[in-house]
Amino acid sequence: MPETVRPLVLSVNGAPIAVQPGTTVAAAVLMAGAATRISIAGEPRAPLCGMGICFECRVTIDGVPHQRSCQILCRSGMQIDTGSSKAGEDYASWRRA
Amino acid sequence: MREQFDIVVVGAGPAGIAAAVTAAEAGLRVAVVDDNSAPGGQIWRSGAHLPRAAQHWIARLQRSSVVPLHGRRVFDAPEPNLLCAEPSAFLSALNGSSLGANYDCAELRFTKLILATGARERFLPFPGWTLPNVMGAGALDALVRGGLPIARKRVVVAGTGPLLLAVAAHLARRGARIAAVCEQASFTQIVRFAARLLFEPQKLAQGAGYALAVRSARLRTGCWPVAAHGAGRLRAVTLRQGNNLWDIDCDYLACGFHLVPNIELPALLGCSPAGGFVAVNELLETSVPGIYCAGEPTGIGGVELALLEGEIAACAASGQTARAQNLARRRCRKIPFVRALERACALDPQLRSLPVDDTLVCRCEDVTYAALRARSNWREAKLHTRCGMGPCQGRICGAAAEFLFGWNADSVRPPVFPALVSSLASAGARDESLAAASSHNSKENR
Repeated sequence: MPETVRPLVLSVNGAPIAVQPGTTVAAAVLMAGAATRISIAGEPRAPLCGMGICFECRVTIDGVPHQRSCQILCRSGMQIDTGSSKAGEDYASWRRA
Repeated sequence: MREQFDIVVVGAGPAGIAAAVTAAEAGLRVAVVDDNSAPGGQIWRSGAHLPRAAQHWIARLQRSSVVPLHGRRVFDAPEPNLLCAEPSAFLSALNGSSLGANYDCAELRFTKLILATGARERFLPFPGWTLPNVMGAGALDALVRGGLPIARKRVVVAGTGPLLLAVAAHLARRGARIAAVCEQASFTQIVRFAARLLFEPQKLAQGAGYALAVRSARLRTGCWPVAAHGAGRLRAVTLRQGNNLWDIDCDYLACGFHLVPNIELPALLGCSPAGGFVAVNELLETSVPGIYCAGEPTGIGGVELALLEGEIAACAASGQTARAQNLARRRCRKIPFVRALERACALDPQLRSLPVDDTLVCRCEDVTYAALRARSNWREAKLHTRCGMGPCQGRICGAAAEFLFGWNADSVRPPVFPALVSSLASAGARDESLAAASSHNSKENR
């Protein structure tokens, strides 16, 4: 993709990140160095299948939970929250309790 | 949305595109429904330079009268000749989907149905396989096509099947440092398969091109990862070839053990299986009259065969029987390649000893190998451990359990994908018991 294309700016766990148009949310989350979800036993997880089947890549987008990030393209202003955010950690520890 | 079509095609990969285009060009009213936001399936996933055949078929689809329902997944078939499909993401409106802000469950009525649901990678559990940055070979390829920077990253590609070389070559062209390509099949298996390719000059040339692109990383046969290491993220992989074990540092492990067909929807519709695939006659009709199946779910055969099968199924479903029979003869000549590929990718029984007691097999519910080993079949494992009962519905651990323990999934029930409670309610309006059961489950899950 040419460098002249204007990047999209979105946020992953509150931190801004710029990506090229056509980038999937899963790629943006990996670029931000975040895990997509925390497993029942508390392990960080990231995409496995890349095609919408394994559900390891699910994140919260603009407040909507359980979205498969590998199947969704980034848009400017998107707020992405992953399991490794504070809220995600709280939820994971609540589920373990 | 409620609409009636002559033919509904499920899946917009090569088989589904060929089927939809062929049926529409015969004057029928056709819809194609697919989970992804654009046509092409996984093999022609957008974001990179597509091969000429892909550009040709996708352009033909876009010129045709086919009604595209991208970004929708089929989750139920509550009565004959009816499918229910909900948006793949609530955000489809934000993504500029043709569906707009329409979050409702689509009811697609059909006279004939063509299932072109494709395949997924087979994953085998080994210590560390749940670490971030350990993923499928096709998965890393898809993520890179979806914008993940790969230049100067060290990648180990492992598993089995022709996908490994294709992925390694693509990543190398994008600037990745391919540290190793590990094929579990033996040298003899690979030589036999390569000899068979002499009958498929196009595929041989393609394979040679891939091999050339990754020539700096030697293809190792009879070699596989036995453990992935890292704290919170992959740092290194232990590889094994024969009696040799060694560690290799890497940023990504792209590991997939060939493909397994997506046969959940065919099974829900009552189509009989045949050796893990969907049973079809020579014109690709399944055991259910009026339902056809094309592409990988009838046998893993690659793009050219999938295109041909899509055409056959569409001709058969639209009453062009003579044309379908002609094409079916061409298909017969390609079946030996399917069998040869199956033999080349046959898994080494030693791979069954990859997981150790605390290795997770079911990633959704964190179920260990030790917990499963104590069970005697898939049903018992589900009831006692929740294996296969998370959101992937056993699509990942099911194929692993089949190889590790010889268990077969005994039944498929709706919804075949996790679905919104509102979608379930509208689909289940015909079936009060389903609606009641699902609203209970989904309240907890959402």
